[in-house]
Amino acid sequence: MNENILEVVNLRKIYNHRNDSVVALDDVSFKVKRGEIFGLLGPNGAGKTTTIGVLTTKTIPSGGKAFLGGIEVAKNPLEIKKRIAIVPQNYNLDRGLSVRDNLIFHAKYFGVSKEEREQRADYLLEEMDLYGRRNDQVLNFSDGMKRRLMIARALMHDPEIIFLDEATIGLDPEARLLIWRKIKELNNKGVTVFLTTHYMEEADRLCDHVAIMDKGKILVLDSPDQLKSMLPDGNIIELRLENINDEFLSSLEGIKGIKKIETGIDVIKLFTDGKDNIVQEVFGLVFKFKLPVLAIQHYSPTLEDLFIYLTGKGLHSGD
Amino acid sequence: MNTQTFFAIMQRDFKVLLKEFDEFVIRVAVQPTLFVLVFGLVLPKIGEIPQGYINLIAPGILGMSMLTAGVFSTAIPLAWDFGATREIEDRLFAPISVRAVLLEKIVMGMIQAWLAGGIVFPIIYLFTRQNLNIQVQSYFFLLLILFLTGIISALFGMVLGTTFEPIKFSLMFSFIVIPMIFLGAAYYSWDSLKAIPWLKWVTLVNPLLYVNEGFRAILTPQISHIRLEYSLIGLIVSSIVFTIMAIKGFERRVYN
Ligand SMILES: Nc1ncnc2c1ncn2[C@@H]1O[C@H](COP(=O)(O)OP(=O)(O)O)[C@@H](O)[C@H]1O
Ligand SMILES: [Mg+2]
Repeated sequence: MNENILEVVNLRKIYNHRNDSVVALDDVSFKVKRGEIFGLLGPNGAGKTTTIGVLTTKTIPSGGKAFLGGIEVAKNPLEIKKRIAIVPQNYNLDRGLSVRDNLIFHAKYFGVSKEEREQRADYLLEEMDLYGRRNDQVLNFSDGMKRRLMIARALMHDPEIIFLDEATIGLDPEARLLIWRKIKELNNKGVTVFLTTHYMEEADRLCDHVAIMDKGKILVLDSPDQLKSMLPDGNIIELRLENINDEFLSSLEGIKGIKKIETGIDVIKLFTDGKDNIVQEVFGLVFKFKLPVLAIQHYSPTLEDLFIYLTGKGLHSGD
Repeated sequence: MNTQTFFAIMQRDFKVLLKEFDEFVIRVAVQPTLFVLVFGLVLPKIGEIPQGYINLIAPGILGMSMLTAGVFSTAIPLAWDFGATREIEDRLFAPISVRAVLLEKIVMGMIQAWLAGGIVFPIIYLFTRQNLNIQVQSYFFLLLILFLTGIISALFGMVLGTTFEPIKFSLMFSFIVIPMIFLGAAYYSWDSLKAIPWLKWVTLVNPLLYVNEGFRAILTPQISHIRLEYSLIGLIVSSIVFTIMAIKGFERRVYN
């Protein structure tokens, strides 16, 4: 069996509207290994949903090819649909049906036998802590419950790969942790997971490989640890200040050991070589300029920092 | 085509329809019942209109009831599906072609149009049987017209449902469906429009005209009507045009 379940080659997607066109995917190529959790990390508008759309037969690419299990997606959508499952970003449960019937009918569409679908539905409802609500209407569900039900539904036909688009967006921390645990568990059972997120922590904690995406391009792709090591050795000092002025900034640039400075409205990120004296020198400057300090942090880099390092902007800018 | 999936999707639609079947009956039956009461019983009793007027409008009541039921069965769910809830996605991602999902919608729409006919005809008969004079000319052509009416309604509903957002529906209804009903030769026969020639020709674009005139030719031939062949041509041309438009509209909303 092929080691790569997904192969994406030079994918392009241009959305044409009346008088403007948006390049949503700009020559995207990557591979996903069978059995792994693969994450597409990027801010809103990066092209994550479009990528999932192409891989799941919904979006027709303007160029390039995508292969799933060796089959070209655009050429054989029916065969692709049998092997994949989709948990989209928006809630799309069938409100005409009860909670349990959402699962049962989904399995019927996929030709799962009666005995098997009944058994699987009860098992998955139990797994997702929804068994007690099985006869309810979907309408009254909380977002976390809807998301869990959508994951249960996706698993009803025993897919090879499951696509989760922003599976934890808008959920409270507890609901998010529960979804993370479920994703880990189903991956442990051998299902390949393809997820998108704009939470770096999610990508960091769940994924075997992460592709960082911005403006339709993949900037880097590697394991979270490898990605973090791409940052220049050292630490990050984050200053939250009022009244950042140019003079202060140019003085910062004078400090030896600061490799890169990124500034936001009231925040400065300093990528340092990790030597202790830098923190003191930065403090010295803050006092010298008598700047009101809101917060100072000194920490080892995260994927979010890598994103800022690569693009000069935060993952959540433009939210 | 994957027939197993096709029938599973149909079963889902039947389940949803049956769950709200009482609502369906009310939606379909109330307006025609009132029509029959006023035009078939009240006004003739008062002496405002002749006893036999019901024979002029019975085919039209049948036609427009079937059309509205068929149009609504596809238009409303599709407008909500594509404009807001995306519920249909689970069926679109099933291992079946997008066109097969479209076909299933049309079949369900036809069935609902026929159900509406099956509900409305007995109502007409019940209230006006003393004055009603129906002589079925040919069961074959009756079935053919019923079939074409069903398919046109469902297809037209799909065109509307994939074109208009749900919030624009009452506007669309006022601008498109209501004029179709009033100018569809339901309350008069097309032939009698000689008095207003321009309207006579303009209303030829209305597919409901051919439905109503077709029913007239088959059920109440004593009333002047368009020749059956011409109505059939009108119905067939409408089906072809709507098929093309419905496929285009549906696929435009499915893919992006
Ligand atoms: N149906 C569409 N029509 C036009 N533009 C679109 C459409 N879908 C997405 N886009 C544009 O394509 C870009 C990528 O969008 P998307 O794939 O949804 O990003 P993400 O999921 O990463 O937030 C954005 O600029 C977005 O506005
Ligand atoms: Mg998205």
